[in-house]
Amino acid sequence: MSTDRLLEFDDVVARYEPVFGLETHVELGTASKMFCGCATTFGAEPNTHTCPVCLALPGALPVANAAAIEATIRIGLALGCRIATWCRFARKNYFYPDIPKGFQTSQYDEPLCTAGHLDVEVDGETYRVEIERVHLEEDTGKNLHVGGATGRIHGADHSLVDFNRAGIPLVEIVTRPVPGVGAKAPEVARAYVAELREILLALGVSEVRMEQGNLRCDVNTSLAPTGSLEWGTRTETKNVNSLRSVERSVRYEMRRQAALLDDGVRILQETRHFHEDTGSTSAGRSKEEATDYRYFPEPDLVPMAPDADWVAQLQADLPELPAARRARLREEWGISDTEMAWLVNAGALGLVTDTVAAGADPADARKWWLGELSRRAKDAGTELTDLAVTPAQVAELTALVAAGTVNDQLARQVLDGVLAGEGSPQQVVDSRGLAVMGDSDELGAAVDAAIAGAPDVVEKVRGGKTAALGALVGAVMKETRGKADAATVRRMLEERVLG
Amino acid sequence: MGSRQRMSTDSSTSLSRDDVAHLARLSRLAVTDEELDLFAGQLGVVLGAVARVQDAPTADVPPTTHAVPLTNVYRPDVVTPSLTREQALAGAPAAEDDRFRVPRILQEEA
Repeated sequence: MSTDRLLEFDDVVARYEPVFGLETHVELGTASKMFCGCATTFGAEPNTHTCPVCLALPGALPVANAAAIEATIRIGLALGCRIATWCRFARKNYFYPDIPKGFQTSQYDEPLCTAGHLDVEVDGETYRVEIERVHLEEDTGKNLHVGGATGRIHGADHSLVDFNRAGIPLVEIVTRPVPGVGAKAPEVARAYVAELREILLALGVSEVRMEQGNLRCDVNTSLAPTGSLEWGTRTETKNVNSLRSVERSVRYEMRRQAALLDDGVRILQETRHFHEDTGSTSAGRSKEEATDYRYFPEPDLVPMAPDADWVAQLQADLPELPAARRARLREEWGISDTEMAWLVNAGALGLVTDTVAAGADPADARKWWLGELSRRAKDAGTELTDLAVTPAQVAELTALVAAGTVNDQLARQVLDGVLAGEGSPQQVVDSRGLAVMGDSDELGAAVDAAIAGAPDVVEKVRGGKTAALGALVGAVMKETRGKADAATVRRMLEERVLG
Repeated sequence: MGSRQRMSTDSSTSLSRDDVAHLARLSRLAVTDEELDLFAGQLGVVLGAVARVQDAPTADVPPTTHAVPLTNVYRPDVVTPSLTREQALAGAPAAEDDRFRVPRILQEEA
């Protein structure tokens, strides 16, 4: 669908310097809406969570949700922001059917939090992303376009609106432009959103489920010739809703803009839409005719003046933040930055932490989650966290291996059973008879059978070619379907062939 | 008379046809060419009247947001009953599939 000419990424960064910036919207996980008591439950029947306030019926008056204000301040503190001592809500006026009041209650020149930063790591390098502001506003309703071929707005006959989401507290986190990152810009943009997501999870202020739209990004990208003193004109790619898409949208805009600049074409300051399927962007409304929002202070709400002692208490009560936690765990587990990055990227850090807490050795826990379990998740097309095995069960499995009850091969069969819902690892070992065979009569019989079945090999071994013993070990392992311990088998074979 | 003098010299209190056309577009109002002239004049008079507030001696008066000097008026995060869907949709000009039905949206892409 896209006819954009794109420059190869390597050529882009050889001659151009990108600047990116992000506006991230986070739906807070409060029980009730921002200015009324309607529930915020996701996926409810349409228009069952509305009231005179969030429908903007005449005479309705908003009252701000204390928990949302607290959550916003905590986000600001976690990002090292200054917290306003006095600030107001403002009306952002525009017409759109998903905004019943004709304005969005937001904040304008007096955000709750300003001037913070977030350090993110990419390939062992730390990049500082400056935070310009964190402010509180409300979400809009949801439009459903009817009559168009694709459910998109173009060609739609009319639209249907569900106001359940209207008025859910929304925090907007705005970065300052991030220059000087060069070829790493797409990855740093992604890493920023990933780290922000981790912080929001640690704070417990939002479920941050990107697929449910709890976290949505607008990505600004501009390009200027390397060495230029001025930045280029930026585009704003709206509603980029996954980490991968954040990275792809920056990369795409860099390649598209570079091709235009190469041709001497001026970049338009415009809103663009990201297309998940193709990874491309397309032009939306031009910023030259940007809406005039006519902001003014919200007269229906009184100012917020967070008490300094309360803010200090919130600061003191912040949980351990992800970067500090990773540093501590790296130390405790004795692993490198790179190994930690693998864990984080695989989404396994929490699982490994819980597995270690359940008694497993950190190295064993990492090995299972990054190895066998990651493979299983990939094969099943699910996330690690969605596998039907708990960290406690993985810890039990590592204990069975450490005790010699099962070897690695048997442990994988035990895992099959656990994933199939057959119970705990020990229960699966018992029910499937998966314990390693010791120096038993049964194993002895298998060893004797292998010796009897390969007289030529026995001759070679007796003639000094001890390496040939491997073939006999293999035969026994095959006969016992992997349940024997290879070292035990080898010792028994040596005793009986050479002894 | 001082205030009238101010009105005629202060550009913020006079409205051009373009200003009115811009406001009409923001307000989704269809305004004819004749009406632009009419409203520019009328709104200019209204603005002029309001502009007399600027004559008040406010040099040492801090800006006021609200008639009542209150801050931090919040509600606890507690869910209260919502309207039923029937109640919510009762005032809608049109409804379909349990949702508010609105004319097609042309200006922007969702």
